[in-house]
Amino acid sequence: MSKFKKKKGGELPAISTASLPDIVFMLLFFFMVATVMRDSTLMIQNSLPAADQIQKLDKKDRVMYIYAGKPSSRYADKYGTQARIQLNDKFADVGDVAAFVLAERASKRQELQNVLTTALKVDGETNMGLITDIKQELRKVNALKINYTTRVGDYTQNMN
Amino acid sequence: MAKRAAPEVNAGSMADIAFLLLIFFLVTTTIETDSGINRKLPPTDEIVDPPIIKERNIFTVVVNKDNRLLVEEDIMELSELRQAAMDFLDNGGGTDEEACNYCQGKKDPSSSDNPEKAIISLKNDRETSYKVYIAVQNELVAAYNDLRDREFARLNPMAGLSYTEAQKRYNDPRTASTEKANLKPKLDEVKAMYPQKLSEAEPSKTN
Repeated sequence: MSKFKKKKGGELPAISTASLPDIVFMLLFFFMVATVMRDSTLMIQNSLPAADQIQKLDKKDRVMYIYAGKPSSRYADKYGTQARIQLNDKFADVGDVAAFVLAERASKRQELQNVLTTALKVDGETNMGLITDIKQELRKVNALKINYTTRVGDYTQNMN
Repeated sequence: MAKRAAPEVNAGSMADIAFLLLIFFLVTTTIETDSGINRKLPPTDEIVDPPIIKERNIFTVVVNKDNRLLVEEDIMELSELRQAAMDFLDNGGGTDEEACNYCQGKKDPSSSDNPEKAIISLKNDRETSYKVYIAVQNELVAAYNDLRDREFARLNPMAGLSYTEAQKRYNDPRTASTEKANLKPKLDEVKAMYPQKLSEAEPSKTN
């Protein structure tokens, strides 16, 4: 008579899935926390050019965004196909840039007002004329730190 | 009346619900970290008397409306631009007090005196494509970064990271302040050796 009886039948016990919801919830919370919802809906095409000598733009509270590009197909019949500037949720003209920058600057905390960066998110197919105009406007209001926002990639991707 | 125990709620479908939410967030997430090329615009104040700069210390890059490059009056392909800019910056053709003792260039007297004097002037047309402009900017910044990497490695052989990596660590808000204080003089030294003098010409009204 043996003390250690062999279990009868070779059936594997079912793996408990009770902790599965916990694992999934953990993943869920990670993604909920890491998600950044876009604060303005883009009304323009915005495929950024590629570059590899780039610096990160940390600290989102010190950045203001200026978008530019051709109006996306929904707005093309209303606003044409020429590249345009988008500030917040509206199409804008070059003349509005200065006022936008001043308003953005006024809305920031006092100690951040001098260290603001303007991120230019411009579609790759835009002509430099528009960007030169934006830059001239930025110089007028003394917003001299700019960042040409790009995606990471080799410069040769820009050539075709 | 006998008390009936409340039946337990079946939690088996909890996982399904959680998965559904998870997949929704997975699909909608764009983990955005904005990055790009930082530039500083010149202030608008009129300069009363612009400093006189020798022609040989200026490296002119023109991008025309057909997105073609003209570098120092010669047509050039974009793939050659980085090397050409590095050759110019690293030339070190100056003598006496303008000599550059760390340059490894050809010391051509018709090119730049030393990296502190060398200026890259970038000019573009209004019809230049933004993509190409960024590619040119990228290559010019890369020329500076390559040279700074080289000098950083020479001066700090034990650092174990390149100039660009060190700069990235320095800019990272998570880096400890002691490490930042340690990195700053090293970075500043290399930056002073190859100062980034990249001038963008005022847009001309004629073209």
